[in-house]
Amino acid sequence: MDAIILQILNGLDKGSAYALIALGLTLIFGTLGVVNFAHGALFMIGAFCAVTLSRIISVSHTVIDETRTDFLGNPMKVEVPYVHGWFGVETGDALIDWAVPLSIIFAIPVMILIGVIMERGLIKHFYKRPHADQILVTFGLAIVLQEIIKYYYGANPIPTPAPEAFTGSFDFGAMLGFDPNTIIYPYWRLVYFAFAAIIIGAVFAFLQFTTFGMVVRAGMADRETVGLLGINIDKRFTIMFGLAAAVAGLAGVMYTPINSPNYHMGMDFLVLSFVVVVVGGMGSLPGAVLAGFLLGILESFASMRQVIEIIPGINQVIIYLVAIIILLTRPRGLMGRKGVMEE
Amino acid sequence: MFGLEKKDARLLLLVLALTMFAPFILNPFPEGSGWAQFNAGYPDLMQRFVIFGIFAIGFNILFGLTGYLSFGHAAFLGVGSYSAVWMFKLLSMNVLPAIALAVVTAGIFALIIGYVSLRRSGIYFSILTLAFAQMSFALAYSVLTPITGGETGLQLALDDPRILDGAAHAAGNIPVPGLFGLEMRDSAELVLGAWVFTFNIGYYFSAFVMLASFYLAIRIFRSPFGMMLRAIKSNQQRLNYTGLNPRPYTLAAFVISGMYAGLAGGLMASMDPLAGAERMFWTASGEVVLMTILGGVGTLIGPVLGAGMIKYMENILSKINSDILHTWFAFLPDGLENLLVTLVYPFIGKGWHLTLGILFMLVVIFLPGGLVEGGQRIAKLFGRKKAKDTDGGADAANSTTPAE
Amino acid sequence: MSTGNFTRRGLLKTSAVAGAGLALPTYLSAANHSGFTNAPGDSTVTLGFNVPQSGPYADEGADELRAYELAVEHLNGGGDGGMMGTFSSDALKGNGILGRKVEYVTGDTQTKSDAARASAKSMIEKDGAVMITGGSSSGVAVAVQALCQEAGIIFMAGLTHSNDTTGKDKRANGFRHFFNSYMSGAALAPVLAANYGTDRKAYHLTADYNWGYTTEEAVKSSTEAMGWETVAAVKTPLTQTDFSSYIAPVLQSGADVLVLNHYGGNMVNSLTNAVQFGLRDKLVNDKNFEIIVPLYSRLMAKGAGANVKGIFGSTNWHWSLTDEGSKAFVKSFGTKYGFPPSQAAHTCYVQTLLYADAVERAGSFAPCAVVEALEGFEFDGLGNGKTLYRAEDHQCFKDVLVVKGKENPDNEFDLLEIVEVTPAAQVTYAPDHPQFAGGALGTCNNGA
Repeated sequence: MDAIILQILNGLDKGSAYALIALGLTLIFGTLGVVNFAHGALFMIGAFCAVTLSRIISVSHTVIDETRTDFLGNPMKVEVPYVHGWFGVETGDALIDWAVPLSIIFAIPVMILIGVIMERGLIKHFYKRPHADQILVTFGLAIVLQEIIKYYYGANPIPTPAPEAFTGSFDFGAMLGFDPNTIIYPYWRLVYFAFAAIIIGAVFAFLQFTTFGMVVRAGMADRETVGLLGINIDKRFTIMFGLAAAVAGLAGVMYTPINSPNYHMGMDFLVLSFVVVVVGGMGSLPGAVLAGFLLGILESFASMRQVIEIIPGINQVIIYLVAIIILLTRPRGLMGRKGVMEE
Repeated sequence: MFGLEKKDARLLLLVLALTMFAPFILNPFPEGSGWAQFNAGYPDLMQRFVIFGIFAIGFNILFGLTGYLSFGHAAFLGVGSYSAVWMFKLLSMNVLPAIALAVVTAGIFALIIGYVSLRRSGIYFSILTLAFAQMSFALAYSVLTPITGGETGLQLALDDPRILDGAAHAAGNIPVPGLFGLEMRDSAELVLGAWVFTFNIGYYFSAFVMLASFYLAIRIFRSPFGMMLRAIKSNQQRLNYTGLNPRPYTLAAFVISGMYAGLAGGLMASMDPLAGAERMFWTASGEVVLMTILGGVGTLIGPVLGAGMIKYMENILSKINSDILHTWFAFLPDGLENLLVTLVYPFIGKGWHLTLGILFMLVVIFLPGGLVEGGQRIAKLFGRKKAKDTDGGADAANSTTPAE
Repeated sequence: MSTGNFTRRGLLKTSAVAGAGLALPTYLSAANHSGFTNAPGDSTVTLGFNVPQSGPYADEGADELRAYELAVEHLNGGGDGGMMGTFSSDALKGNGILGRKVEYVTGDTQTKSDAARASAKSMIEKDGAVMITGGSSSGVAVAVQALCQEAGIIFMAGLTHSNDTTGKDKRANGFRHFFNSYMSGAALAPVLAANYGTDRKAYHLTADYNWGYTTEEAVKSSTEAMGWETVAAVKTPLTQTDFSSYIAPVLQSGADVLVLNHYGGNMVNSLTNAVQFGLRDKLVNDKNFEIIVPLYSRLMAKGAGANVKGIFGSTNWHWSLTDEGSKAFVKSFGTKYGFPPSQAAHTCYVQTLLYADAVERAGSFAPCAVVEALEGFEFDGLGNGKTLYRAEDHQCFKDVLVVKGKENPDNEFDLLEIVEVTPAAQVTYAPDHPQFAGGALGTCNNGA
């Protein structure tokens, strides 16, 4: 029982990561009709916003410490962060420690800007082109973005820890009346889950309850008619693209303490998130979120050793197996509409 | 000629000439010169050109004609390679049975996967094929290690049975694949002044197989069956109303294209008897999609050009390092030399992916019909009357925008 | 003169027409006039450095390449000579190899066996490399080793840790200086017993591919011999990035030690996740919960950041060693590049020197002569103490380092501290040890 509760928790956590990325992908596809293979790269750039900010905060000047020596026997160079000088050692260290949450503020404008530039500069010209062209051009863009990051940050993962306050894990076992230590979950992952829930909720509320959202939803359903009504739908779509980029970027920022970011983390997520989107049904926002959580939970169950012992290798294929079964039983995924990307 | 229309026959002859003289065409720079880096006329790469050409031609039969975008075609290539290597291990080092088995197993796999996946269309079909391929990769890399060799790949061993060959080979070294005594790796060299040209048996064998596949592809494109496939692409619904069931046709196209992939896989194993699971990873499936789109979807020769382009970049560009750059620009003053090296360096060697990405974007943005369209534009530029006949993009002419 | 009857006639005709023709058999075929593949000319010799330049191991590959460039510089008489001064053999004079200037070509393995073979083939067929070296995974090493055997080229493995490279997939033309899974297990077990006691319950998470299997088996058997119990061993997919669902159930199993048989990105992520779950703060069976990483590298430790603190593992070499060879190497590498070398860089540098030395001693580049010179070769002064290249399986036997993540690192390179240098005798095994069973070395191949 405790093992199952634990894996449900795990699944919710994994699922929230899938759902966040799938949500962004679906926003872009649903509003603009563009299949964005660069979405994984946006997620990765978000993560590197966190890396960049923590580097900026800890920019240091070198002080030569004559009492110690480095590996070649020369006097040791000690790096002293500027923030120590500006805010004092304690506040400075706290700033460095809280770099990841602070990056949220930094990442939102950066990601929106990147999104808007991408849409105005490139994606805009591909609205009327076949999906295959959209895939190729965004895939090319993803490679370019990824290689640029690799050029400046290297291929090695870069540790970006969560603030000191969130280390360790919460003991659900003790709370729910099981033995202590049986159901533990890291604080930061709980934060991530809550964060994802807030973002998903905010996106839905925005589309549901604002005029802007209403117009965009109308545009998703019938772009031409909305245009005929004299509404500048293009401008709104640009803003939507920026928003989707920001969602992807924030997912990336918050993900950095869970896994050290590296330049190809976007590609690792890309295929999986496409499977999630399609299983949810192309263009359906609730479908994407639902499929994200469903696949996350099933993946977690499949990785239990009791399951692997019965069906070896099931943990390797579970996501794809589930995708096949769902697509064969429900032709357009969980909540897809008829006629979307079926040609 | 060969039951082909005049322009198709001309295209076939062009491909024949290109493949037969490839050792010359691909080695334009004299040995030892700074530009020799760009020579691609060595056996391994030439073999790769034609083998991936076969793969892309086959993929185009499905994608170019029916519009069904399979995102898991590499699985058939992998299955073909594994079958071929098993044939080398168990039966004989002759390449013919190995390639035959590769085509047959890939065909069976394609039949099963196609039967299931073709129940859906559009992106749902793509994701189904992707899922099957990713499952094949994941299992081959891990739990199927006894059959596939896993991480290290399936390779030959000294103590393999090789029933037909028996003890014909001396112990100590593993025999190499061949065709009735002609070893695939054997080659001869021709030295003409500063130029060195290599003629490799494996390459010419693969080249003949590719010509045959290319000929078959032309016949399929021009046949009533090909017309039917195109009808499926342009309007499946209308086809349904006429009382025709498109499923058997698409399935047939899927299986044929899977067998092409199996053939490519079998040839790959014949040239180099090792089959690795990475051949089935989604990036490998993506690569053939890119080759086809880059070259020109739905055109006969486009996919071959795309395949050549990508393989060339992967094998040539990635090998240029900063030392070589310095020798290129050595004639310049030091400051300028260093500046140029710094500017060019991110795009070559370990940065070859960057160049590839930029190239994709440029081609898609400016040449929606792929390289074939580029060829057409150049031909038009020179005011040739029958431009579209010579560049071989007969099909691209009437559909420059490839449908998905 | 030629073996390829098939094209030869047509060729001769062409050459006759061209008037300046001369048909020669090529690299991969038999009966070359010099008797072996890619025999170098009189002035230069080309070596092939095949390292990952794209993909997750690109940084490790870059470090390997730095080491190769340094080795070439030293072989050609440049720089301070590095470990050539401390090497027990004095055949190398700093005038290239057998008087020929050393040149090199580079390629990208992409850490895929197919791509690595393609790159190696182009080095053999196009660039005329007489020796190929490098790589940062066992899959690549085994694949390229088999290719070199077939082509008649010497392969000096880079970083490859799986038992298979010199076990069931060994080849006569291939040599490995790096240590292997068995050695990691044998070196780690006594240190673990001394630090954590002999009554422990271990939970293994294992990367689901060949290297993972051999490492799990090695660590399992050597810790079980010390009295540990293995509670469970779970395989994790190579493509996994988030290990939470594998790590969360560990505590429920009653295990008090977690062994992470992961490398590279897998290891960085699984260790980060395990520390996140707070496993190391827990008390299980009245003992502190511990994590072990059998194969460490400094680059991985860097990726995992503070999470490596206090975690045991093994490594082939570390720059903080104080023997003369290591000091000389760290000095010339550090002076040239500004930071200390990684273990991958070390093994690649050493492999290049060992190859050059063997050619000098054999007086020939012919692979069979080189194989003979390397087989059973005993040497010292290359950083790992007295070392033997065993003839039976072409594996080096030398001291193995047991290391621990440093609690208070001085700088970004000072991440591991050496706990113990396990003597070679303790990690030596019989050539027919069950973990290395199967496969045969075969005979050396000159390309005939």
